[in-house]
Amino acid sequence: MIDVQDLSKSYGDVEAVKGVTFHVDRGEVFALLGPNGAGKTTTTEILEGFRERTGGACLVLDHDPAKRERALRERVGIVLQSTGIDPFLTVRETIEMYSGYYPKRLETDHVIEVVGLAEKRDTRVNKLSGGQQRRLDVAVGLAGDPELLFLDEPTTGFDPNARRNAWEVVKNLTALGKTVFLTTHFMDEAQYLADRVAVIAGGEIVAEGTPDTIAGRDRMTPRIRVRVPEGVEPPPTQGPVGRDGVIEIQTADPTRVLHELTGWALDHGYAFGSIDVERPSLEDIYLEITGETQDAAV
Amino acid sequence: MSGARMTLAQVRYTNKAFWRNPASAFFTFAFPLLFLVIFTALLGSGTVLQNGIEFNQSTYYVASMAAFAVITACYTNIAISVSFQRDQGILKRTRGTPLPGGDYLLARATHAMLMAVLLVIICATFGAAFYHADVPTGTNLLRTIVVVLVGSASFAALGLAITAAIPNADAAPAVVNATILPLLFLSGVFIPLGDNTPTWITVIGNIFPVKHFLDAFLGSFYGPPVFDFSWADVGIVALWGIAGLVLAARFFSWEPRT
Repeated sequence: MIDVQDLSKSYGDVEAVKGVTFHVDRGEVFALLGPNGAGKTTTTEILEGFRERTGGACLVLDHDPAKRERALRERVGIVLQSTGIDPFLTVRETIEMYSGYYPKRLETDHVIEVVGLAEKRDTRVNKLSGGQQRRLDVAVGLAGDPELLFLDEPTTGFDPNARRNAWEVVKNLTALGKTVFLTTHFMDEAQYLADRVAVIAGGEIVAEGTPDTIAGRDRMTPRIRVRVPEGVEPPPTQGPVGRDGVIEIQTADPTRVLHELTGWALDHGYAFGSIDVERPSLEDIYLEITGETQDAAV
Repeated sequence: MSGARMTLAQVRYTNKAFWRNPASAFFTFAFPLLFLVIFTALLGSGTVLQNGIEFNQSTYYVASMAAFAVITACYTNIAISVSFQRDQGILKRTRGTPLPGGDYLLARATHAMLMAVLLVIICATFGAAFYHADVPTGTNLLRTIVVVLVGSASFAALGLAITAAIPNADAAPAVVNATILPLLFLSGVFIPLGDNTPTWITVIGNIFPVKHFLDAFLGSFYGPPVFDFSWADVGIVALWGIAGLVLAARFFSWEPRT
């Protein structure tokens, strides 16, 4: 679907992208993560055909996007970071106008349904809320029944409910067999949606893998936290008892440690106030990776 | 879909959006008529000496405001609305679709030209009804049609070209007015120049397309003996249009310029 080899882009002396390599398979949701200024948008816009690369090679659906061939644009949907839709057309008119540009197209009512704007179909764009306009953006990206959809930070500025809804929209797309190239700031978004993620920092891919295994996340030791009620004898552990009676233990053998802790509590006739077992989140991993790069840059 | 049908479909959507935008519809349609009434009320009772013949200013304004309407509908309207679309990201979005950029801009220009034709018809009808202005017939009518088509296409092309000099949408009205308002005065659109105009005004006016367009319009709309018609005027307007097209092709930006 997408094949990127040693792709680079400089603006004058500034190297925004320094030779990145990755590929995206058909039917996959691929997320490109990275802080602002890491080269995320530049990479995406090269793939979309808005920028020209200065080095390396890239193929999108077997086309070179820099040639801006119509045959490629007919098979790709693009949802840009910022909205730009004529404010005086209605939702339905907007989708019909854009789908008219494509040889293949999805039924307008179906698209409206998929993005959840059914009640707003005859509302003008300037009367929609920000979140609704963003959903219309996605609808416009889908209008030509694309094989590949670019989603550039699709949920930035959404409230939590709207984000959940948008995620369902993207999940629906994968059910339709679409390939999605996603960029996002939100790790929970990548965790929920992406089959594979790549982290870009300082113009380079610094980690790549599935959200569950990236950067050895699956092999990292989990952390156990229990809260000991007041006035009882805490279990004997290596670590100190922290504020509010919380004991925190990082262990490679969580089953045994948890068993020992709960066994102690039951033997002494009490229950822990709370029990948490967690692996480092994708966000922890991300912060660690991008933090290192930023430190290295300083 | 073929290019022509795509463009035509796009003209329809442009038209829909145009009439729902109170600002664009008002400025494009109300301004020329408003100016016609005001100028005629203030100066219409006077006469202007043209080719040695005394000519009614109120009749003059019917034609000059029609010419003004063409310039507003094409140059002003396109320059400002396309700058806004560029800043809002609408142009960039369009560029990511299979619709060729040229088709999109052609649709906008076509729509502006249609509005220009409509405005000329309104001004002529209004003038005939209230100011006893003659409506062109025969050769004059054919010439008027050619002049309006060449003029509107050229000013539309110039409107696209000037967007390259507009840094952002907020600056659009200022840049557009700074380029067109002085020329409207120096070319006799607002105040008839007549035979006794200072030479320097005529010289400046003759460089730019506005005066040639107005002269061609008056020459075709009313014709001799008061106004001479010259194809040279039409040609110069067309040359400006081609220059605008070349500049637009070279410098037009589909993305915000910041």
